Amino acid sequence: MELITKIIKFELSNTFRSKWIIVYSAFFLLLTFLLFNFEEDTNKAALSLMNIVLIVIPLVSLIFGTMYVYNSLDYIQMVLCQPINRKSLFVGLYLGNSIPIASGFLFGTLLGTILSGYSFIDNKSILILIVIGFALTFIFTAIAFWIAIKFSDKARGLGVSIIIWLMLSVVYDGLVLFLIYYFREYPIENIVLGVSLLNPIDLARIFFILDFNVSALMGYTGALFNKFFGSSLGTILSIAMMFLWFVVPILLGLKSFYKKDF
Amino acid sequence: MITFKNLEKKFGKFHVLKNISLKVQPGKITAIVGPNGSGKTTIIKSILGLVKPDSGDILIDDKSILDKYLYRKNIGYMPQSASFPENLTVQEVIKMIADLRNDIIDIESSLIEILNLIPEMNKQIKNLSGGNKQKLSAYIALIFNPLIIILDEPTAGLDPVASSNLKQRILEERTKGKTIILTSHIMSEIEELADNILFLIDGRIVFDGEVKDLIESSGEQKLEKAIANMMTENANGTYN
Repeated sequence: MELITKIIKFELSNTFRSKWIIVYSAFFLLLTFLLFNFEEDTNKAALSLMNIVLIVIPLVSLIFGTMYVYNSLDYIQMVLCQPINRKSLFVGLYLGNSIPIASGFLFGTLLGTILSGYSFIDNKSILILIVIGFALTFIFTAIAFWIAIKFSDKARGLGVSIIIWLMLSVVYDGLVLFLIYYFREYPIENIVLGVSLLNPIDLARIFFILDFNVSALMGYTGALFNKFFGSSLGTILSIAMMFLWFVVPILLGLKSFYKKDF
Repeated sequence: MITFKNLEKKFGKFHVLKNISLKVQPGKITAIVGPNGSGKTTIIKSILGLVKPDSGDILIDDKSILDKYLYRKNIGYMPQSASFPENLTVQEVIKMIADLRNDIIDIESSLIEILNLIPEMNKQIKNLSGGNKQKLSAYIALIFNPLIIILDEPTAGLDPVASSNLKQRILEERTKGKTIILTSHIMSEIEELADNILFLIDGRIVFDGEVKDLIESSGEQKLEKAIANMMTENANGTYN
């Protein structure tokens, strides 16, 4: 544990000086500020912000995480030549990389909200948005680390990262829509519900939308979603799924890291 | 003493180490030579635990080191090309490594001086030249006073003064009884530094012994010529 803390400490002091984190934070600051200033309805602004968060955070976490591992292979080698076990190094590198990305998002969004004159404590949707942003950062950085360690070839690793992002954020929704449309004659609500549980971005979106109580506008499916995710079983199941999306890539990444030849 | 027992390693289709068994003596400088891709770096990386062998064992002082990590406290390693966190300063990197090793830096200004690192101490790594990164790497390999020193192409990229000082320092470490392993493509450097030589071709040991024996057995005057002869003979399949 002491070793992990040390590695995180050095990673943080390195990453926080990187220009990318500042740009990333400034992006959210500007975005939040503009959305809350130009949109009078706070809820609408938060909804727009969420739509961008759902696209940008997984993409940035994947690209940043994958590139980080590839660019740091020599450095990882150097650290591994010290009396350090691989598990501590992996966890330290992972946290040292995901904490700055999550903080960049948090800082930008919070400052943007405060500068717009809103209190984020009164506004539950912004808090939910921040929690979702955090969860997505940790999930997608874990996936990025696993991919970059699994594939030695940088081009292939980056390609896989982008494909995963495309699949989960664009293609998946298309497939779900196709499913709903194609089988519209059948009672497939439960299947759609199950399918939504499998995608962390969909799960994040559902959490957020349910908070707005706009699910009533989504007809029977919306009501069913509301009933399921509003129930304790639904909440536990969806949190468990989010947790699995975080734990499984970490374990797979750790396994690959343990076996990898540097 | 470092002992390799029947070590085998494959990278996909490539059989990089073929049944390697050897002993590296303490108090001696052992040079690993061989053509590119002969397995020199893989041998070094196996000692460091960076590469995991498919079979066989590596022992340091009769204890297996496979899947262990604390033994690395006794190893100082200078890689072929060093890489450190870009945004940290030289001083911060040195502190970081000391911290990770749980070691106290013995403020040995002579090592910083002979490598001429003083003007670089407050520079960020990204502003450091390749040669200065190598100097930092040499510093890190030596400063913790390790019992085993592994140097992969130590003088490549160094200026003549730093290179000569580093070589001098390596010889001093030998007199302290350290186990030193180095690789180099500069044969004159090996002649100057090494006591023993391990000659690899295509993942196999073709010579393991003293440098002078290798030169004598070849009937040549210089190591470079002796090595070249051996490589040609091996390519023709006549060397046993």
